Amino acid sequence: MSGALRVLEHNLFVYRRTWKGSVFMSFVSPVLFLTAMGLGLGSLISRGPVRTVDGLSYVAFLAPGLLAATAMQSAFVETTYPIMARIVWLRTYDGMLATPIRVLDVLAGEFGWLAVRLALGSCAFFLVMVLFGTVHSGLGLLAILVAVMTGLAFGAPIFAFTATQRTDNSFALIGRLLITPLFLLGGVFFPIHQLPQLAQGIAWLTPLAHGVALARGLSIGVLTPSAGVHIAVLLVYAGIGIVAARITLRRRLVP
Amino acid sequence: MATPATRTDALIHARGLTKRFANLVAVDAIDFDVARGEAFGFLGPNGAGKTSTMRMIGCVSMASSGTLRVLGMDPVQDGPKIRARLGVVPQSDTLDLELHVDENLYTYARYFGLPRDVARRRAQQLLEFVQLADRARDDVELLSGGMKRRLTIARALVNEPELLLLDEPTTGLDPQARHLVWDRLYRLKQQGVTIVLTTHYMDEAEQLCDRLVVMDKAKIVAFGSPRSLIDQYSSREVLELRFPIDTTPALDKLDGVAERIEPLPDRVLLYTSDGEAATVAVHNRGLRPESTLVRRSTLEDVFLRLTGRSLIE
Repeated sequence: MSGALRVLEHNLFVYRRTWKGSVFMSFVSPVLFLTAMGLGLGSLISRGPVRTVDGLSYVAFLAPGLLAATAMQSAFVETTYPIMARIVWLRTYDGMLATPIRVLDVLAGEFGWLAVRLALGSCAFFLVMVLFGTVHSGLGLLAILVAVMTGLAFGAPIFAFTATQRTDNSFALIGRLLITPLFLLGGVFFPIHQLPQLAQGIAWLTPLAHGVALARGLSIGVLTPSAGVHIAVLLVYAGIGIVAARITLRRRLVP
Repeated sequence: MATPATRTDALIHARGLTKRFANLVAVDAIDFDVARGEAFGFLGPNGAGKTSTMRMIGCVSMASSGTLRVLGMDPVQDGPKIRARLGVVPQSDTLDLELHVDENLYTYARYFGLPRDVARRRAQQLLEFVQLADRARDDVELLSGGMKRRLTIARALVNEPELLLLDEPTTGLDPQARHLVWDRLYRLKQQGVTIVLTTHYMDEAEQLCDRLVVMDKAKIVAFGSPRSLIDQYSSREVLELRFPIDTTPALDKLDGVAERIEPLPDRVLLYTSDGEAATVAVHNRGLRPESTLVRRSTLEDVFLRLTGRSLIE
């Protein structure tokens, strides 16, 4: 356990040099999205025939979904290039493993740090949501936790994949074929039930749809029985990812 | 090899140590012991198995078969415990380019569980030891190759290791930087630190190592002190003959002039106990080399003899 904390401490040290820009961006991105899509596009919707989406103003519908999707994107970024750098380009992990630090400590430290980063980003996002008046319930605070879980549900399997790669060629592909389509079609900008039947099925197989559904429910203070399923799906993805990462990273670093 | 059968006091004890990768035997059943306080070298060309051996000693690669004990412990069971008492200088620097020079030492000290104030103090002392104190707040990126190497060595010392593993410590450094590194390693040895290093530089091995093994194609092909290896595998002196291009005579013209003749692409080496006499003999046979040089035998000659090729290819 203490080994994991040392790894986390190292990441904190690195972050000390970049935190200002990073924190600034965590506010800028949701403000831009909620203004352009939520208020801009939302004003058109409110003047249209349906006026609301699933009973919510468009910005209130959009914000919690975007919170979860932003966590997904951050997790994707954090578990591809920086991890590749620490495995291959900078060989930071080789340095760590020459000390009492074990592969398991590296993983625990990195996932712990990922959770911290996701929590920070999600808190910033949540503050923006409060300012935009889209949080209708105290339960909404739990949406931050949901966002962190959604991020880990993507980050852990992607980390496991990154540990198998020799180059960064495939990361752009993951972005284009997985992350961007999910961001656009996974229930963030419009309800999943508007998709064709087959696409709906696919969407529900991914963690994003479950994270979005949970966050949306919590932000308006509604917790349906299906919440249990959503939570389970997120935990299963994160769990499988962590176990897989333990195997692939060990194979990579301690041949 | 010539290793004593059992040395219970050995800091490293290897018997039949083997490392296999998918379709390659990187280390093939080697035996060696390293005693406390000595400087021990692995000499050999690239691909001989030196780095694989070092990684097994460093407990970051598991032996495929054979016995390995480091500090009296089993690397499979006690990896973290052993590593807590090792210092490792890897072949290519793994410095943290995202951190300052002093932060590299501080965070590394923390990996060993050192308290914050101790970590800070030791970082300061080690920067002085490797003459980088004035660069403490610089980005690592700004350091020269030799400075980075010294920082890596400093980093390997944060836990005050009993055993220091160095994989090609001075490859790629200019002569001045190499001498500084050698000087620091020599001081550490004086302080009682056991040093194990790999190199493909003869002068490095001769300067630093009390004993060494020569590795080639995954096996140990010779073992001993630099002096004893030279005595055993080479003559006292070497006569180097260089002929004008395309006029190198047939080797049989040199028959009997020396104990052994080694033709190289650019020159001919004659192994003999008396270089001057051999030079006279060569001239008496009507041969006219462009230049002649008589020198003492070195480990390079040992290596040529053992493997039939030069160390740095």
